[in-house]
Amino acid sequence: MVLAEVTAPTTPPPKRERNSALWPALAMPGIIWLLLFFLAPLYVVLAIVFGRVDPIFRTPVPVWNPLDWNPAQFTYVLTRIVGENGVFGPALLRTGIFVLVASVLCLVIAFPVAYYTARLSGRWAGVLLAALIAPFWISYMMRMLAWVNLLQDDGLVNRMLSLGGLFHVHTHWLTGQSVVVVLGLVYGYVPYMILPLYAGLDRLPQSTLEAARDLGANRFGSFWRVTLPMCRPTIVAAVLLTCLPMLGDYFTSDMLSASPKTAMAGNLINDSVQSPGQTGQAGAFVMLVLIATVLPMFYYVRVTARADEVST
Amino acid sequence: MRGPVAWWKDPWRPPRILIAVTIGYLVWSLLPVLIAVLFSFNDGKSRTTWQGFSFRWYWGDETRSVWHDATLHTALLQTLKLGVIATVLTVPLGVIFAIGIDRWRGRLPSGANMLMLVSFVIPEVLLAVALLFAITSLALPIGLGTSAQVVGLITFQIAYPAVLVRARLATIGSQYEEAAMDLGASPMQALRRVTVPMLWPAIFASTVLVFADVIDNFVLVRYLSGNSSTEPVSVKIYNTARAAPTPALNALATLLLVAALLAVTVGYLVYRRMTRGDHTAGKGIAAFAGEA
Repeated sequence: MVLAEVTAPTTPPPKRERNSALWPALAMPGIIWLLLFFLAPLYVVLAIVFGRVDPIFRTPVPVWNPLDWNPAQFTYVLTRIVGENGVFGPALLRTGIFVLVASVLCLVIAFPVAYYTARLSGRWAGVLLAALIAPFWISYMMRMLAWVNLLQDDGLVNRMLSLGGLFHVHTHWLTGQSVVVVLGLVYGYVPYMILPLYAGLDRLPQSTLEAARDLGANRFGSFWRVTLPMCRPTIVAAVLLTCLPMLGDYFTSDMLSASPKTAMAGNLINDSVQSPGQTGQAGAFVMLVLIATVLPMFYYVRVTARADEVST
Repeated sequence: MRGPVAWWKDPWRPPRILIAVTIGYLVWSLLPVLIAVLFSFNDGKSRTTWQGFSFRWYWGDETRSVWHDATLHTALLQTLKLGVIATVLTVPLGVIFAIGIDRWRGRLPSGANMLMLVSFVIPEVLLAVALLFAITSLALPIGLGTSAQVVGLITFQIAYPAVLVRARLATIGSQYEEAAMDLGASPMQALRRVTVPMLWPAIFASTVLVFADVIDNFVLVRYLSGNSSTEPVSVKIYNTARAAPTPALNALATLLLVAALLAVTVGYLVYRRMTRGDHTAGKGIAAFAGEA
């Protein structure tokens, strides 16, 4: 019989998948790209910060060998953060405060909105979500431009505050108002927080929450003792996703205040990148921000990697 | 009539504070943009006083409308050009990278995965300055301008298709591919004829998202633009918003907004068609945005 020849193969099927050269070949272009255009440029920054400055043209001369590195430019920046000639300190401190306040405000706004959309909005969920996601795809600059228009001296905000000429309101919103910059940051980055929070809250198993209610927890209790602990990784990831870009932000302050009174770390980078002879300084600020963000970044990567393991 | 006490004690009372916050947020987030769009149709020069409806700032004005002012429409064309080139290059690179590191086990691919995720969350200004330094201080065949902008955008966006495709690969699982190989397909054939067709929705969604993200990009394209002829719309807005611009700037921003929302809306509708009858793919808008 023909069938008898086919059954019971004596040799095991060929080893596949794990040892195939196909997967490394597919991954290689991307890996090489990231090494060339992501890791290598960061090394160039190091070489410039610890390099020399051409004495005549004031252009940076990168030093590639780590053994010849000269920390003069980096210590120049470090010694000017605190103390009597601490010109950079206030901006760095301000960055920390602005980002902290803005993130807290973002969370205060984003959590109720995401919670309502994910768990309570019922058949309106689709429409609501579309409206929530829309700012995500409206250019950041467009949204800042909208506020520049509204906050001008003769803009709608001042006109609304004066209640049709009843009072004289001539607040100059766009010149160095910290409140405006912080609210601008919140306005700009809140959509980036709502989306991951929505996804996390949407994934919560309904049965667990019902069990909490069945076992006697009230609304608040089940929220506090079940919902919140279960979506803590989501909250951490969402906060990091908004904090990290805020730490490098310079354009919100430029658009809504354009004053050194509200300058942030990003402004220090941006201003020194553009002035000749200060390239090394710009690199030093880049390194400072990188040092400040490297731990949160890896924490984010770990949280998301672990969430992947759980969900698969 | 129920008294306020009964209303307060009603266990099924809808949480009104949540509704209020949500509606308040929607108004706050969308109304300023709508007002800015409205004023792009203003007949006068003001961006704060309404003087009648017209298309003056789109094409009516002979010198300062988007259509007639060369600096404005070059910016728009540069934006669309960057969007198309960067998307066409980023998506294939990200997709094969994702498949590769998903299947290849070991230290190197997991390190590459980490590098990709870090490139996703690093403050953009750091990457932009680093690339600017690399391009200006090394003798690379890439000059500032469109080519540098494309390189920067690919580096920053590669994580988008990679994350979306890896999420989809995780939901597909390996059983279909193993079945194909049990039936005699080589790994390459299984990939081409089983896995990739199942990945199409994720690939398509990431194409739309990368395009919409690239045309809104600001930090990278600003540092890596060589001169004013390669400055896209976002940089144009940044440069002129505080210098007494005309509503033509609002018109330019509105055109960009229409382009992005059109791409996303059409993309979402096509995505819904693609995933019709497919129970393993996420359905909603959130799945399309890569969050499910």
